[in-house]
Amino acid sequence: MSTVAASWCGQSVERVEDGPLLTGSGRFIDDLGVRPGTLHAAILRSPHAHAKIRAINATAARIAPGVTAVITGAEVTAVSGSLVVGVKATIECWPIAVERVRYVGEPVAVVLAGNRYLAEDALELIEVDYEPLPAIVDPLAALDPKQLPLHEGLGSNVASERSFRYGDPERVFAQAPHRVSVTIRYPRNSCTPIETYGLIAEYDANEDAYDVLANFMGPFSLHAVMARALKVPGNRLRLRTPPDSGGSFGVKQGLFPYIVLMGVAARVAGRPVKWIEDRLEHLVASVSATNRVTTLEAAVDAHGRVHALAWDQVEDVGAHIRAPEPATLYRMHGNLTGAYDIRHVSVRNRVVLTNKTPTGLNRGFGGPQMYYALERLMQRVAVELKLDPVDVIRKNLVPSDAFPYRTATGATLDSGDYAKAMEIALAQGDFAALRERQKTARGQGRIYGIGVTAAVEPSVSNMGYITTVLTPDERRKAGPKNGAQATATVSLDPLGGVSVQVASVPQGQGHRTVLAQIVADALGLKPSDIRVVAELDTAKDAWSIASGNYSSRFAAAVGGAAHLAAERIKAKLARTAASQLNVAVQDIEFAGGRARARGNPDNAIAFSRLAAAGHWSPGLVAEENQALRETVFWTPPELTPPTEKDEINSSLCHGFIFDFCGVEIDRVTGAVRIDKYVTMHDCGRVLHPGMVEGQITGGFAQAIGAALYEEYAYSSDGAFLTGTFADYLLPTTTEVPTPLILHIETPSPYTPLGAKGVGEGNCMSTPVCLANAVADALGLSSIDLPMTPVKLAGHIHAVEKSARSRA
Amino acid sequence: MKPVRFDYIRAGTLAEAHAALTTGGDDARIIAGGQSLVPMLSMRMARPTVLVDIMHLPELAKIEVKRNVIRVGAGVRQAALLAWPELAERQPLLAAALPWVGHAQIRSRGTVCGSIAHADPSAEIPLALLVLKGAVELSSQRNRRRVVAEEFFTGLMSTARKDDELIEAIEIPCSTAGHGYAFNEFARRHGDFAIVACAAIARKDGVRLAIGGVADCPIARDFPNIDGDALDDALDYFAADLEARDDLHATADYRRALVRRLGRATIEEARRCRA
Repeated sequence: MSTVAASWCGQSVERVEDGPLLTGSGRFIDDLGVRPGTLHAAILRSPHAHAKIRAINATAARIAPGVTAVITGAEVTAVSGSLVVGVKATIECWPIAVERVRYVGEPVAVVLAGNRYLAEDALELIEVDYEPLPAIVDPLAALDPKQLPLHEGLGSNVASERSFRYGDPERVFAQAPHRVSVTIRYPRNSCTPIETYGLIAEYDANEDAYDVLANFMGPFSLHAVMARALKVPGNRLRLRTPPDSGGSFGVKQGLFPYIVLMGVAARVAGRPVKWIEDRLEHLVASVSATNRVTTLEAAVDAHGRVHALAWDQVEDVGAHIRAPEPATLYRMHGNLTGAYDIRHVSVRNRVVLTNKTPTGLNRGFGGPQMYYALERLMQRVAVELKLDPVDVIRKNLVPSDAFPYRTATGATLDSGDYAKAMEIALAQGDFAALRERQKTARGQGRIYGIGVTAAVEPSVSNMGYITTVLTPDERRKAGPKNGAQATATVSLDPLGGVSVQVASVPQGQGHRTVLAQIVADALGLKPSDIRVVAELDTAKDAWSIASGNYSSRFAAAVGGAAHLAAERIKAKLARTAASQLNVAVQDIEFAGGRARARGNPDNAIAFSRLAAAGHWSPGLVAEENQALRETVFWTPPELTPPTEKDEINSSLCHGFIFDFCGVEIDRVTGAVRIDKYVTMHDCGRVLHPGMVEGQITGGFAQAIGAALYEEYAYSSDGAFLTGTFADYLLPTTTEVPTPLILHIETPSPYTPLGAKGVGEGNCMSTPVCLANAVADALGLSSIDLPMTPVKLAGHIHAVEKSARSRA
Repeated sequence: MKPVRFDYIRAGTLAEAHAALTTGGDDARIIAGGQSLVPMLSMRMARPTVLVDIMHLPELAKIEVKRNVIRVGAGVRQAALLAWPELAERQPLLAAALPWVGHAQIRSRGTVCGSIAHADPSAEIPLALLVLKGAVELSSQRNRRRVVAEEFFTGLMSTARKDDELIEAIEIPCSTAGHGYAFNEFARRHGDFAIVACAAIARKDGVRLAIGGVADCPIARDFPNIDGDALDDALDYFAADLEARDDLHATADYRRALVRRLGRATIEEARRCRA
C-alpha cells in the first residue's frame, strides 16, 4: 500500500513547510502570544555617525503615558558585561551606546511601554546632548594613524593586522614575465530577510536566569558570548527559537546584541519585554556584509598560467568588531586561490574600524568580496595577455586527478572534476552560440559583453578558522579551536512513530522535509512517517557551538548527523528483529514500513511494532538493543586547527561553480540587461533537486541585487543614505531572469551522505561574472559594484558627447 | 514605525468630509488609497491629528465622459481607471502612462486623485495631467473651483490646494484625432518612481513634451515642428532649464542626458503615432 522508492533522497518531494506558509498559518515570532504584562520596546538611535554623549535626559519619557522604564548605557553597564571581541585588542563592545555613539543607528536608549505606539511616542521626549566628532567612513582613511581612534584602548583604527606567506611568492613574482593586478572596492550590502529581528526576553530574579525566544539563527557559539555578557552560566540563558523564521541569509546572527540588550531591559523592568525590529531599524543598524578594499596581484607566465598571488585586503567591519568578526575576512582564507592550482601566495590582512554599522554574517560571507578580486584578476590576465578568458580559467584549474587537493593556504578541496564541469557547461550552455550572438550584436552597434567565472564554494565552516587571525603564539595561549559539531536526535514513540529534532534553525529552506527524506531512507519508511521538529530550545535539545543555520552546513553536516542517528537506531532495531525473525542480523533489511529477512520478505515485522517494543516491553529487548532515542554529535576530523604555518582547512566541503553570461547595456540609459546566464554546480550528492534549484535561484537573485542595485550607502560625514526600500533597491521578480542551471555530482568523501553546501555559491560567482561581462562590453579595466545605470552611462555618454561637437 | 495618534473619520457625505477639513485645518488629511500617506504616517513624516476617509462616498467613485473630457472622481482607484474599457480609445496617453504607476498591488489600492494630491515630482499621473492640459476640481465648505494642471503643481510635493479643500475629481481631455501620444520612462526597477519620465503629444503644428522626475514638479514645454540638430538643441535648453539635481539614484548630468535622449525618443514615437 505504501509507495516504496529506492531512495527518497534525490527526489523533489513536496515540502512539509509549504502548507502553513502558503495558507498564512506559519508561526513566526510576531505571531506568538506573550505573557500578560509584557512590555514593548522601542529604541532611540543615534542620528550621528560619531559623537560624544554629554547627557541623556529621559525625565519626560519616563513619566509619559504607558511608559514603565527607560534604559540607557548606564543601566546596561551596571548589570552586564561587554560582548567578547574576537581579536586581541582592548576593545569593549556593548549592545547600546556607552558615552559615545559610533554609527548612525546605534541604540542610545530603550523605552519600555504598554505598546509600541506609546513607546515610540516617548522616544520623542528623550533629549540627548551630543558633541559631534569627526567621522571616518572610508576604510583607507581609517588606516591613517593620525585619525581619532574609535576605541581609545586601541590607539588606532586598525584592529588587526596579519601577514601570511605560503610557498615562495617573492621568488615567483621576481621571475614572472608578467604581473597583472586589480584594485577593488567592494561595497556594503546585505541580504535583507523579509522578516526582521524579533524577540521576547524574560528575566527570572529568583533563579537569576534569562529566557529568550528569538528568531536568532546561530551560530550558537554566540550563546556563550551572550551568557558571558549577561553574567550568567550558560545554563541560565535559555534561548529558544520560534517554529518559523522569515529568511535570514546570515543576517539574523546579528540579533544577538539585542538579546543581551533586551535581557537587561527585562531585568531592569522586572517584566517580559518584546521587541520587533522594524524595517527602518533593520536597514540602518542590523548588520551588513563587510566592505573591503583589495589589491590583488598575479605572477603570470606567457601562457596565462598564474603561479603566485599577492593579496592585500583592508576589511571594514564598521564601528565595532562584533563577534564573530573578523570572520568574514578569514572564512575564505583556505580558498584564496579559488578553483586554481596556485602554490605561492602572500597575504596582508588589515581589519579597520569606521563609523558605520557593525558587520556580520551575510550569504556568501567573505566569498563575494574575495571572488570579485580573484575573478576580475583572471579576466585582466586574459585581456592583458590577449588570451581567451575561458582558456585562462581552463589552464589554471585544479587538475581533475588532484583530489583531494590541499591548497597553498591550507584548505582540502574534497572532491570535484572542475575541467569536466566547465566543459559540460560550455557545451550545454552553448557558449559558442553566445560568442556568435555577441558578434552579431556588436555588428549592429549594440554594447554587448560576455563574462566567465569559476569558483570553489566552501561549506561547513571550521569553527577554528577564525583563530587564523591570531598569531601561532597567541593561538597556543588561547588553546586550539576546531571542528563543526552537528547534532541530530531520532526518537521512537510508543506507537512506533519516528521523530527527529535538529539544531539547524531553518529560516525557510525546508530542513524538515529533507530530514524526513533522509531518515525515511535509513529506516525503510515514507517521509510522511517522520515528524521533524526544528525549533531549538537550548535548555532541552542537543546543540553545540556550531549549531545554527550558516556556512551552508545543513545538507552536509546536519543531514549527515540525522542519517547517522537513524542508522544507529536502525542497527539496534535490526538486532531485535533478527532475534524475532530468527535470521542473522546482516540479513535484516528495512523497507516498506517493515523489517524483513532479505530474500524472504514474508518473514517480517512491522516497523511500528518493532519500534514500540522498547516502550511496551523493555524487558524483552536486550539492553544494548534499547532504541528509544539516539542523539548523534558529529564533527568531521578533517576540520583541524590552523597549523604553525597558518594553513587552515577553513571549510569541510568545496563545491564547484562555473558561470558564464551575456549582457547588453542600453546606450541611452546605461542599464544592464542580462541576456543569458548559465550556472554549473557541483554540490556533491543532491538530496532534494527542487530545493537545490531554489537555493541557486535565490542566491542568484540576491547576487543580481549586489551586482546591479544594492548598496548600503553613506555620505562622507557618515550619514546613512539608504534607510528605506525606496533607496536600498532589491531586485524583484521583474529584474531577475531565469538562469540555466546545470549540475554534475561528485559526492564529498567527508560527509555521511556525500552532500555539500550549495546555498551561497552564486552570491560569490554571479556579481563578478556580471562585472566581467560589463567590463567586456564597455572595455573597462576596472569596475566596482553596484553597476548602476548612472555609473555605466558615464562611460557611454561621455564618448558620444565628444563625438558630437555639442556643448 | 508606528504613527502618531490620530482620529479617523469615515465621511458618510461629502459635506461631512468638508466639515472635517474646515475644522481640522492643516492638522486634517484626506485619506483615499493610502499608498503614499500610510508609509509617511508610519515613519512619522506626516503627523495629522485627523484622517478623513473619502472612500465610502459613491459619488466620488465615478469615471464619466462629458463634452470630450474624462472626469475621474477622487474615489477611483488607479486599477479601476486602467481597467476602464474606454481608456485606450478616449486617452491613449493615460493608458500608456498608468501601467508605470507602482505595481499592480499599489494600483489596486492607490487612487488617481491621490497621486495628484500627493504631487510627487516623479509620479506619472501628474505628468499625464500636465501634458494633456487637464484640470483639478477642488471643493470645500466655502466654495468650489477648477484649477488647471499648469497652476496646480506649485513645487516639491506642494499644490494649489488649500487646507480646507479636497480634490473631488480631475478632468482629462479626451484624445484629439490626428494627434500622436507617447509615454516613456526610465526607473531603476519596474514600478519605481521615475528617474526621468517623458510624455509627448505630437500635433500638426508642433509637439508638447512634459518631463517628470527632474524638476520639483512636472514641467511641460511646447516646441515647433523642428527636427535634427534643432530639436537636439531645443531639448538641451529644456533639460538645462529643469534644474536637475543629484540624488542617490542619478546625477543631474545623467538626468539631463536622459531628458535629451529619452525625450527625443518619446517625441519621435508620438510623431509616428500621429502618422
